[in-house]
Amino acid sequence: MRGLKIIVLAKQVPDTHNVGKDAMKADGTVNRAALPAIFNPEDLNALEQALKLKEKYEGTTITILTMGPPRAAEIIREAIYRGADNGYLITDRKFAGSDTLATSYALSLAVKKLKPFDIVICGRQAIDGDTAQVGPQVAEKINIPQITYAEEILSFENEELIVKRRLERGIEIVAGKLPLLITVNSSAPACRNRNAKLLMKYKHAKTVSELQETTEDYVQLTKDRPYLKIEEWSVADLNAKDEWLGLSGSPTKVKKIENVVFKTKASKILSTSDNEIESLMKELIENHTIG
Amino acid sequence: MNNIFVFCEIEDNNIVADVSLELLTKGKTLANELNCKLEAFVLGNNLNGIEKQIFPYGVDVLHVADEPRLFPYLTLPFASIITSLFEQEKPQIVIFGASTIGRDLAPRIASYMRCGLTADCTSLVIGNHSENRTGKEYKNLLYQIRPAFGGNILATIINPETRPQIATVREGVMKKEIFALDYKGIIKNIDVTNYIKDEDFLVRIIERHIEPKKVNIKNANIIVSGGYGVGSKENFKLLYELAEILGAEVGGSRAAVDAGYIEHERQIGQTGVTVRPKLYIACGISGQIQHRAGMFESSLIISINSDKNAPINNIADYAIIGDINEVIPKMIKYYKQNSK
Repeated sequence: MRGLKIIVLAKQVPDTHNVGKDAMKADGTVNRAALPAIFNPEDLNALEQALKLKEKYEGTTITILTMGPPRAAEIIREAIYRGADNGYLITDRKFAGSDTLATSYALSLAVKKLKPFDIVICGRQAIDGDTAQVGPQVAEKINIPQITYAEEILSFENEELIVKRRLERGIEIVAGKLPLLITVNSSAPACRNRNAKLLMKYKHAKTVSELQETTEDYVQLTKDRPYLKIEEWSVADLNAKDEWLGLSGSPTKVKKIENVVFKTKASKILSTSDNEIESLMKELIENHTIG
Repeated sequence: MNNIFVFCEIEDNNIVADVSLELLTKGKTLANELNCKLEAFVLGNNLNGIEKQIFPYGVDVLHVADEPRLFPYLTLPFASIITSLFEQEKPQIVIFGASTIGRDLAPRIASYMRCGLTADCTSLVIGNHSENRTGKEYKNLLYQIRPAFGGNILATIINPETRPQIATVREGVMKKEIFALDYKGIIKNIDVTNYIKDEDFLVRIIERHIEPKKVNIKNANIIVSGGYGVGSKENFKLLYELAEILGAEVGGSRAAVDAGYIEHERQIGQTGVTVRPKLYIACGISGQIQHRAGMFESSLIISINSDKNAPINNIADYAIIGDINEVIPKMIKYYKQNSK
């Protein structure tokens, strides 16, 4: 059995699942600064599936690809600490304002640049948008089949991956010819922790922009140890068409953003006393809400 | 030409999915407002007679792709057929259910057609738009309204330049209503062999275990629902007990589903099902925005929560401040004593 060349697509996202009280500004807009940036949870599930394949099939390599601001290099390091081999950060101001279509276009160019590959794998969706669109759209743009909602990659035989999918009311086992794009659900196993040895080896891994802001020592360090360099690609490196990027490449436009408000009711506060609960139940029976 | 198209998803035994029927109802309203036709498209195997389930929702044209390889669903053959259909018919608006099928298929199609797609809309309305930068006026766009940032904000999305405007909507968000029982549309058969190729079958299904729908939480009159505050799967038994005697269904918040207390099928909220029961009893649910959005239209809401500041209490008619392990047994006791 041969090794596999795997590309993991990952995103750094604001932690919308742990929205604190200061996450919304007084004017009802999101205070991004108050939300910590994290590794998108389902992308970690995807990374774990890739790492499992690497353990099983000798010669497998994992490349992590992320698009975002310079600080998104952080999740490339996080992936490398867990066993990914290398990473590329796609970063350029021209990507700002991209919707899922423009994002998929940029990612697909980067994936094509990394050809040949066997598997592109990513989380089902990112928690800052919950759209689940980028995976299938990248698959379409690089013209390969997709397997969404994957819970486990069971095996690799005869150039086919056998994948278990978790659907609304059951499961499906499918076989797909490589190359394939796979999106992974949160029901898949959690990602392993950082490996202490890898953490030691790669803690100084940096992108070019990060190196520019750092001391001479680090520049020398990455010269001596080339594996510490995280590649950075801009629009020019991808030969992307400007008009297909960012706001102009995004068919969807945000017309309006509103705070979610629910009409508050003057609720009747009750205690747990027998008296109050009995009278509530009586009232519900009498007005035919129950019974 | 330039009509509204709704994807009719087929479940086992050739039943049209409820979410598709809900979207036909929404599609009919939009079509009437835009003075255009409502068209539907359905792909599957042995679809003879399928129109009987679809025409009563006011569908004018039904496109049918009937072929043995089109059930169960596979992404690529569906995408090939549907993109060809759209290129020919040029719909202005297309709506898919935000099911595992709709969310797999719609992005693939939108990417191929380079058009805009908005996932999980909670409201679809027609409106105009003027682009400040260019001064250009757009009439009768589809406003696609969806929650964003974990449900903390509502965004109105438009696609001014590209067609079709595509949206997905979750089950239960729109209301299903028969338009006219004897409504007669026309059937157009799609010549499938023209559109699918061998490469569309690079992924094949080896095994499939789909359970019949056993929970009908969307249509329940009374829902007893639990959150993370219930504490354990074991404690949920208390909720089932109360539900049993009230003739209610049991639901849960995303936190309860994530914690494994209750199955995903019973999840209520933006990422689950939207419900509007006569009575909603929220047990140990703090009331994250994304949960409240899926149940705030309930006629009567009772919250049981030990935290009197829980956001759910702001939309509850009755807020019982206390432990569910103390309150639910009392509710059961006094219901039994006072009923009949």
